[in-house]
Amino acid sequence: MYSLREALAAFRRAPVLTGLSGAMVGLALYVVGLFALATYNLQLALSAIEERVEIVAYLRDDARQSEIDLARSELGKLPEVQSVRYVSKRDALAQAQKDLPEFQDLFSGLDVNPLPQSLEVELRPGFRTREAVERISKVAASYPFVEDVRYGRDWVDKLFTLRRVGAVTTAVLGAAFAMVAALIIGTALRIAVFARREEIYVMRLVGAKNGFIRRPFLLEGAMAGLLGGLLAWLLTYATYRGVYSFLFALAWIPQSWIAVGVLAGVVFGALASAFAIRRHLREV
Amino acid sequence: MIKLQNVSREYPKRGYALRNVSFEIGKGEFAFLTGHSGSGKSTTLRLVHLSDRPTSGEVLVTGYSSDRVSEREVWKVRRRVGFVFQDFRLLPGRTAQENVGFALEVTGAQRKEIQPRAQRLLSQVGLSTKSGALIHELSGGEQQRVAIARALANEPFVLLADEPTGNLDERATRGVMELFWDINARGMAVLMATHDLELVRHYPQARVLELDQGRLVYDSAA
Repeated sequence: MYSLREALAAFRRAPVLTGLSGAMVGLALYVVGLFALATYNLQLALSAIEERVEIVAYLRDDARQSEIDLARSELGKLPEVQSVRYVSKRDALAQAQKDLPEFQDLFSGLDVNPLPQSLEVELRPGFRTREAVERISKVAASYPFVEDVRYGRDWVDKLFTLRRVGAVTTAVLGAAFAMVAALIIGTALRIAVFARREEIYVMRLVGAKNGFIRRPFLLEGAMAGLLGGLLAWLLTYATYRGVYSFLFALAWIPQSWIAVGVLAGVVFGALASAFAIRRHLREV
Repeated sequence: MIKLQNVSREYPKRGYALRNVSFEIGKGEFAFLTGHSGSGKSTTLRLVHLSDRPTSGEVLVTGYSSDRVSEREVWKVRRRVGFVFQDFRLLPGRTAQENVGFALEVTGAQRKEIQPRAQRLLSQVGLSTKSGALIHELSGGEQQRVAIARALANEPFVLLADEPTGNLDERATRGVMELFWDINARGMAVLMATHDLELVRHYPQARVLELDQGRLVYDSAA
């Protein structure tokens, strides 16, 4: 009770300083928030591209329907495979006519359908890797009635590289941003504690217990973290709305990320305060 | 009560601040600790307050030994030892009563007790009418009285004073000294560091301990 009263009193007594440390925490977390927004959208974009990773096995015209059905069910049972779709020659032509309207005349004047029938193999999320794609392709190519297997090798390779670069960049930049935020928050709270060093001194002087001295500061740090976290949330959301309205469409970060961010602000605020106060507890 | 046994304190850069000092202060005693600046007076008081620990030897304060009291437990000693300074060390921006009340509050006094007790303490030091005044509105002598009231908050058995009259004019000094003698008359021991020999001569009934370059060179009780 005393702790809460003191922590609130600190806000009252030094509103500018407490406001400033809250704002500093907020801005530091805002940078992290922006990074989260960018990362999340990059991730979404990558998985959207990944969904297009599929293997197409082109079948010979003389393949029997029973053979095709068997291959379809066998491929469908592989752990990496999400679904296998059969595309008949007629479907292929219809799709081509739809996808390539500029060649409409060419398609309509045909006597024979030149397009092959095929099996389109879609992979499960998490298995859209180069190794999986190559393995499934080999299995598909092993059927005698399969003429050719395509999966856009270059495309898969590039996607794979892009994903690796993305993961490393996210980790390194994320760690750097988090560290900068941690330093800023630590400094802000250190200043807030420093401003009250006389009180800490007097408390030690007259025989207050360390835990008693520490508690209001922990609470104050947590409150600064909470305020900062909420401020960062607001700023990030405003940025998101701005970008969405004026630049391009993007997705808002999931609620769980926000909750973790704000919670991290609270916990880190309390920890930073605890760390900042340690030095002053040793003074007397 | 207070016992220093062969206490030395050496600092890494400055060297020895105290060398092999031994003395005892009994219940209700009034003692001056004199010597030039740098002779080790403040170090001695800090050691008694356990704000500092001896390099060798032992400091005993009401049964607590400097060898055994941990930093976590040091508050137990602090509540039994009041401390006032030359520069008062009051919290600016708060009233006299809030300063005294703060000491009560942070040492666990009941909330409803704080105000009347702070008021009573201020009356004891002759400041009953100034309890609502902010610290900077008070004179030096009055500020020192507030500091004394704060030091008395937990009813310590000894009051340590480090040059408490160093910043005060003659009249205020006399007032503060009278207050110390009043407090002493009620049974509380007083250990006061001062370099002002004139002041010491004024109170021949007090015990005098003299330090020189960290050594105890004179003890009027010995």
